[in-house]
Amino acid sequence: MSKIKKITGQPLFLPIFCMLLVMAVNIFYDLGSGRFAFNFFTVSIRNGVLYGRLIDILNRGSEIAILAIGMTLVVSASAGTDISVGSVMSLTASLCCMLLAGYGVASTNTLAVPLIVGVLAGILLACVCGAFNGFLVAYLNVQPMVATLILFSAARAIGLLLCNNLIVYVRNDAFKFFGGYLGFIPTPIVIAAICIAVVSLVLKRTALGMYIQSVGINKDASRIAGLNSEKIIFLCYIVCGLMAGIAGIVASSRISSADSNNIGLNYELDAILAVALGGNSLGGGKFNLAGSIIGAYTIQAITTTLFALGVSSDQAPVYKAIIVIIIVAIQAPPFNAWVKRLSAKKALAKGGA
Amino acid sequence: MDNKVILTMRGISMTFPGVKALDNVDFTLRQGEIHALMGENGAGKSTLIKCLTGINAFEAGEIRVDGIDGPVVNHSTLDAQKKGISTVYQEVNLCPNLSVAENLFIGREPKTKLGTIDWREMTKRSEKIMKDLDMQVDVTQNLEEYSLALQQMIAIARAVDMDCKVLILDEPTSSLDDNEVMKLFTLMRQLKEKGVGIIFVTHFLEQVYEVCDRITVLRNGKLVGEYPIADLPRVKLVAAMMGKDFDDLASIKSEETPKFSDEDILIDAQGLSHKGKIKPFDLKIHKGEVVGLTGLLGSGRSELARVIYGADKNQTGTLQVNGKEEKINAPIDAMKLGMGLLPDDRKAEGIIGDLSVRENIILALQAKRGVFRLLPMSKQVEIADKYIDILQIKTASRETLIKQLSGGNQQKVILARWLATDPDFLILDEPTRGIDVGTKTEIQKLVLQLAGEGKSLIFISSEIEEMLRTCSKMAVLRDGEKVGEIVEDLSQETVMKAIAGGDGNE
Amino acid sequence: MKNKKISSNTILLFITIALFVVMYAAGCIVYSAKGFSHLQTFLNILINNAGLLCVACGMTCVMLTGGIDISVGSLIAMDCMLLSVGMERWHMNAIALCVLVLVIGIVFGLVQGFCIGYLEIQPFIVTMAGMFFGRGMTAVICTDQVSISSNKLFVALANMKIPLPFGAYTSRRGIVQVPYIRISVVIALVVLVVIFLMLRYTKFGRNLYAVGGNETSATMMGLNVKKTKLKAYVLSSFLCSIGGICYCLNTMSGSVQQAKGLEMNAISSAVIGGTLLTGGVGNVIGSFFGVLINGTISTLVKTNGKLLSSWSNIAVAALLCFFIVLQSIFAKIKNSKN
Repeated sequence: MSKIKKITGQPLFLPIFCMLLVMAVNIFYDLGSGRFAFNFFTVSIRNGVLYGRLIDILNRGSEIAILAIGMTLVVSASAGTDISVGSVMSLTASLCCMLLAGYGVASTNTLAVPLIVGVLAGILLACVCGAFNGFLVAYLNVQPMVATLILFSAARAIGLLLCNNLIVYVRNDAFKFFGGYLGFIPTPIVIAAICIAVVSLVLKRTALGMYIQSVGINKDASRIAGLNSEKIIFLCYIVCGLMAGIAGIVASSRISSADSNNIGLNYELDAILAVALGGNSLGGGKFNLAGSIIGAYTIQAITTTLFALGVSSDQAPVYKAIIVIIIVAIQAPPFNAWVKRLSAKKALAKGGA
Repeated sequence: MDNKVILTMRGISMTFPGVKALDNVDFTLRQGEIHALMGENGAGKSTLIKCLTGINAFEAGEIRVDGIDGPVVNHSTLDAQKKGISTVYQEVNLCPNLSVAENLFIGREPKTKLGTIDWREMTKRSEKIMKDLDMQVDVTQNLEEYSLALQQMIAIARAVDMDCKVLILDEPTSSLDDNEVMKLFTLMRQLKEKGVGIIFVTHFLEQVYEVCDRITVLRNGKLVGEYPIADLPRVKLVAAMMGKDFDDLASIKSEETPKFSDEDILIDAQGLSHKGKIKPFDLKIHKGEVVGLTGLLGSGRSELARVIYGADKNQTGTLQVNGKEEKINAPIDAMKLGMGLLPDDRKAEGIIGDLSVRENIILALQAKRGVFRLLPMSKQVEIADKYIDILQIKTASRETLIKQLSGGNQQKVILARWLATDPDFLILDEPTRGIDVGTKTEIQKLVLQLAGEGKSLIFISSEIEEMLRTCSKMAVLRDGEKVGEIVEDLSQETVMKAIAGGDGNE
Repeated sequence: MKNKKISSNTILLFITIALFVVMYAAGCIVYSAKGFSHLQTFLNILINNAGLLCVACGMTCVMLTGGIDISVGSLIAMDCMLLSVGMERWHMNAIALCVLVLVIGIVFGLVQGFCIGYLEIQPFIVTMAGMFFGRGMTAVICTDQVSISSNKLFVALANMKIPLPFGAYTSRRGIVQVPYIRISVVIALVVLVVIFLMLRYTKFGRNLYAVGGNETSATMMGLNVKKTKLKAYVLSSFLCSIGGICYCLNTMSGSVQQAKGLEMNAISSAVIGGTLLTGGVGNVIGSFFGVLINGTISTLVKTNGKLLSSWSNIAVAALLCFFIVLQSIFAKIKNSKN
């Protein structure tokens, strides 16, 4: 009993456990359909690039992992989630493609402005979106989810305006690079790795990580101890916006277009789920970035597995929604109290017998 | 005084984990009397009230209520209300967004024949209640339109209208001004005329002498005694609450006070105030001086210290630090001027529960250094270990979460947090609350040691003895106002007289 | 007796009504050539937004408790899809289907309400999961766009015009046009009146205000806060299902992308109508005007013809943002006064 508790008490237990569960499902599925049992794990090189389901998950999961970084910080500092990330992704893609193709152009092979200008402008706009959310939350005390709801619905609409209601295609190899391959490794994996590395380095080398947790745990005490709580929350939202921007560029480059209605669709759910699955409380406070990252890839593994099982991308949210509710319900204090009462009763019954 | 007894509590005992909160306490309430329940913080007043209203379960003893056969045990506030025991708390427990009439009747609204709410009847009955209590209130207005005092009285009206025999007022006056308190007292006297027994919990001595008939004093969970008001003058009441016999106190004399020159002034506050919390005050603090702030709880001693530190916004008045005028907008400004504040509410404003002891210790120092100059881990460990050693913090390791430590050790960690910043001026608000005697002495020694190093301190404590041992000057506060300073002739007697106010021996 | 003081909430409501009047008047002047000033234009706003009105009523009740429900848009999509597929593919009875939709709404609300009221999970998280669940379930039922054409009863209901006895006018071609409304408007207005009365005259209605005003006080005064919250979410989902039927009567089809962003319109209607995000203050009358403003904005954008439809989304979001900031400023002023 105590051993089990020791294992389940580990901070990374939940995400790793889920990951193993997903892998097990995959193994059984492969066995069931008469394939090699470890089909899931085989990595090979085809056409000069890495190939395999595992690589696919790492590749497709990049955006979620990038979003999860920002989301983790936001959840930790403000005890609320940013539900605008998916829409901000789409807005970033729209602005970037619009600049690259020129306003009103539906499809282009040549770039209207240098690639770097388009990309940076897109990411900058995402940061502005983050700052807008952060201002509402930190300085006007609006509940995080209401504040981000504004952009959740407006950002896509603005994106459509920027693209003149078109799906803008940028068929240019330089632009395709972000969603393509760097040598034989898919670029998104590299980008996600860089984001993770930079953010963890910043958290490790500065006091920011401690500041964020401190503000998230006890805002008043942090203030007395000399922290500027508002500024820290504001900063977290900007970082979240930045990450959404990067993810938007990657997602857009993958399909070399800006499809305002579909880029980043349902990604806010995935990002929040990644944070919850990573063992972080959605009530704020302590966070574990590694957990969120593993959580993100687990989500992607779930998605990929669902697709393999024949669930369409429209239907997948049903299962994810159920997982979110279960995880959050397990974390809920009334549920814990109930479990405690139940086990106490059991212990009493045992003692009586 | 020979009124009928309506409530008796006999031999009430209860324990919180590790602490005997109430030990064999008796309490008697008669019809039509206002009975003050007095005691310092942690004396067991609120625990006794909570046992009565069913929020806490008591272990031994019995409660009898007039008109009910056999002992009474309440399981919830509602339960108590049904038996005629109503409570009005310090913070108004009404809904500000509803009308006065609704607040009076919610949960028991008058109904029409269709089963819908009968607004006309409700307004009519509310107006009658207000008229009976001589209150000028438009009952259709939202509650938030009225002052806190009126809201408090409406809360009382709600309690009274529910057929209560016993009315408990738990510090209802802390947020009211003098005028409002007067109105409240008029209402209390009216209720008394009607035969309601009122239990009045307060920290304001003057108020007790103004309306109460009888006083019960508790100390450390034990009953000190029940006295008719005439038999217990102020100074004796203070002595009873603090556990010192007045005659004994006279014999204790203070040590000689060191002299300070005007050149050594570190903090010079002029007309500093915070609206609604503390009236404008002047205070000079010299280098190496320990200033004690004394007064009963709620007298504004914490607020005074907090204004200097800039802990709450809206500071007004001028503050000079080291001869230079400074404006403090946030705690970080104060910290940059070399200040530190150990707040009295450890849980709400002190500890960061989910962080480790090490992180809690270095937090303020880190905040002072800025986000980009992270203390290297080796340095963090060194600082944490140093203070764990010096202050003898009992913790499994420096990486243990602070919320797992006992209260006293948590307090030491917060103290370490400020010592680590090497402050010139440190405010300690109740640093010894809930700490064992040995540790208390250590902290007192530390305070003297820091003063010896030329640091200035403000020391706030409910225990006068402790302050006498450490402070060279005392500022006395009463009802949110600084009423005086005692520099010479520091003794329990003078301090207690100053706290009690008035003539002292009336 | 003193004169009734005008509170900041009343000011907000007046701003809203004035905004609607100004907006509508401006529309009448600018687009008079396109027939904007005819009564039918106004009635069309009602017809097009009948579903939204039902949803906004439910949203107001939930927001009064200090919560929020963002699952409404997906729930409507699910309802519409169920109705369309039920009638077209499974050939079910229209009445039975409507009852089924309402029952599903209640169950949906029960689950959400339980998680929020009894498990004390943040409303946003729960209803967000509900939002994705609903949208996903819609796809599970069917991923095609399904139009309703074969169910005679439903088609008849949808096409039924209820003429109004006044406001008839002669069009430029010389034909007398009698202004009309549709059955969905009748349903929505009935819902509006019932909820208005419920909020004012029933114990449950007042409890909603009390819980939103101060949860601790409400508990202290002996109200069952958990149960009140549960009921609020059940009510919201139930009204949302009624709204779904009205919505379906208008669109006569079901698709996965339907009613996307409707939660935004419903929330903004309530907020624009003076419901505080923090709970405790608000009224369905305000929300009614909020819905009208929403409808007017989209009608204006449509009448213009040149503007992209996303403009109406942006305008609604901007308006919501404006009102949220306004509320926040009012709250700050109030705090500093105390």
